[in-house]
Amino acid sequence: MSNQAVAGRQLLSGNEAVAAGALDAGVALGAGYPGTPSTEILETLSEIGGRAQWAPNEKVALEVAIGVAYGNARALATMKHVGLNVAADPLFTIAYTGVTGGLVIAVADDPGMASSQNEQDDRRYAVAAGVPMFEPCDSQEAYDMTRAAFDLSEQWGMPVLLRVTTRICHSKTVVTRRPAAPPAAAPSYERDIQTRVMVPAYARPAHKRLRKKLAELTRWVEQCPWTREHRGGDELGIITSGISTVHAREAAPEASVLKLGVSYPLPMGRIRAFAESVQRCVVIEEGDPYLTDAIRAAGIPVEGKPEMYRFGELDVSRVRRILAGDTSEEPTPPRGKPPELCKGCPHRVAFEALRDQGCIVTGDIGCYTLGVLPPFEAMDTCVCMGASIGVGLGLRHVLPEEQARKVVSVIGDSTFVHSGITGLVEMVYNPPPTGHVVVILDNGTTAMTGLQEHPGTGRKLDHQPTHRLDFEGLARSIGIEHVRTIDPVAEGGAFETELKAALASGELRLIITRRPCLLAAGKIRQYEAAAKATCNE
Amino acid sequence: MSDQLTNVVVAGLGGQGVLKASDILAEAAFRAGLDVKKAEVHGMSQRGGSVTSDVRFGPDLSAASPMAPDGEADYLLVLAESQVDVARGRLREGGVLIGPDAVDVAALPNARSLNVALLGVLSGRIEIDEASWQAAIRAHLPEKLHEANAEAFRLGRAAAGA
Repeated sequence: MSNQAVAGRQLLSGNEAVAAGALDAGVALGAGYPGTPSTEILETLSEIGGRAQWAPNEKVALEVAIGVAYGNARALATMKHVGLNVAADPLFTIAYTGVTGGLVIAVADDPGMASSQNEQDDRRYAVAAGVPMFEPCDSQEAYDMTRAAFDLSEQWGMPVLLRVTTRICHSKTVVTRRPAAPPAAAPSYERDIQTRVMVPAYARPAHKRLRKKLAELTRWVEQCPWTREHRGGDELGIITSGISTVHAREAAPEASVLKLGVSYPLPMGRIRAFAESVQRCVVIEEGDPYLTDAIRAAGIPVEGKPEMYRFGELDVSRVRRILAGDTSEEPTPPRGKPPELCKGCPHRVAFEALRDQGCIVTGDIGCYTLGVLPPFEAMDTCVCMGASIGVGLGLRHVLPEEQARKVVSVIGDSTFVHSGITGLVEMVYNPPPTGHVVVILDNGTTAMTGLQEHPGTGRKLDHQPTHRLDFEGLARSIGIEHVRTIDPVAEGGAFETELKAALASGELRLIITRRPCLLAAGKIRQYEAAAKATCNE
Repeated sequence: MSDQLTNVVVAGLGGQGVLKASDILAEAAFRAGLDVKKAEVHGMSQRGGSVTSDVRFGPDLSAASPMAPDGEADYLLVLAESQVDVARGRLREGGVLIGPDAVDVAALPNARSLNVALLGVLSGRIEIDEASWQAAIRAHLPEKLHEANAEAFRLGRAAAGA
């Protein structure tokens, strides 16, 4: 956090504010996996003196956080919206078991897809799993709601979702922090088998307990300070939540606004009274018509937005258009310069060879997804973290031999650890008749999200040394006999030669291109030198 | 609100210091006692692609979006010539464009401090005191770059005739 407090005020991003809120709430541990726009939450928590660590993926992060909360301590799990898909399995069941220490899951949606593969609306998860959800509208609320979420979680014994979006995470607004108030109780374990062991006999009553708690919580949301009404005129009323609140307030300063700080469960009594108090009531929300559908299903007549505004972010101009019922084509801003692989990026060598060999490339999530753009255009699929290997195997299984032999799966080092390892196991378990080729582009960092560590770098979130996951040894132990590691830049031409041989072999082959990311190389040298100096002391 | 609210958009290419410039501007306005909101997008856009960042400041921004609406920017700072046309639509009618040619790049102690030099040009036109600017520059840059950037800021300010 680069900003110092001036007269008790700080200028903080939403991510920094969540970290500050968690620290001031006495969080014992933050765990997550990097993902734009959520990444800086844990980095900041570590910088300002909290305990924060990267997990191999979001599922493990949430499971670690659950353990902390079972141990009667406060835990924060962080991830981007699609990360919650990975962590959905524990989410749905932790809703049943509940927690004793506060458990807050900060999840960052990316409407408009500034840096994501889809624009799923994670408010749906709150409903689906039965987990209460807070939605801040600026950094001050991100701070206040993080603290409130820990209190709520402990008070009700439930995990709590804190949904932020790109414009909350990466916008800076002024924050005033309050004195820290860590929980009074120390971590301890109390056995409670019927609550925490979700075998069917114990899970059935647990589900009923959850629904009962949610019904009680709804009554709290009706009168809680986070359901907030700004009274303007009676002509126009706006029901909104999160970042859309400030867009709406600016677009329609004359309107009355009902701001839903808790977007699940919804305070339908307050919503009904508000809708009845104005002549025209419009729901302004980004993404899916989640509020609109729920409010209408409760029999409250409100206007939603035309379907065209489901796509992309909202802003002041778009809210003005929604309020005016304007469905004319929106002006398209002039096309900016698209991103590209850095000049001298070691991934370039791999994509040149894949292009020149006419490969069918099943790709993955990271900087190297930019291999899809000219001058390479050497990527054919990109679905989700780790999908490169499974999708490549599926193609190999069904394509005619001549095409099948051209299929190559390409995955980055951090993504490989996240969810590529099980793909390698599948490759050995169900090998395609033509074999398969997997390329791990190992640049020694999680580059796309801003150079985070992962288990393959041998350093923790704070860049201190830890055990390094050995990709080659792992692959051999899985049963892949041909594992070749190449420095794609220092060994000119070696990658293309190896790729050609691998494609022709009909065997299961793993090629690892290992050379540090240009942006990370200097820092990696510093971390290594520091580690060496410590060892020699 | 527009009479009390100042909207600045900074545009350029990834790696040019667009986000750094907007951080310094937001910090300077904050230190000058104003309410501030700043918006930017990280991630994909940073790999050499177009980058913009919005800074809004005034006495009270509690009911304001962090993003300046298109066509409402009072000032547009552009670090790359190629981005002038891309970003021009952000400016309001009568708004001020401060392009990369607003300062003599050859005179800068370091070409990478063009972002801070353009802030110097802007500083001559908005009411933020010099001490807040200097403190913001120091807060957002490593110490070894303080001198070069203070000089870049001064050159920008002089170029604006302030």
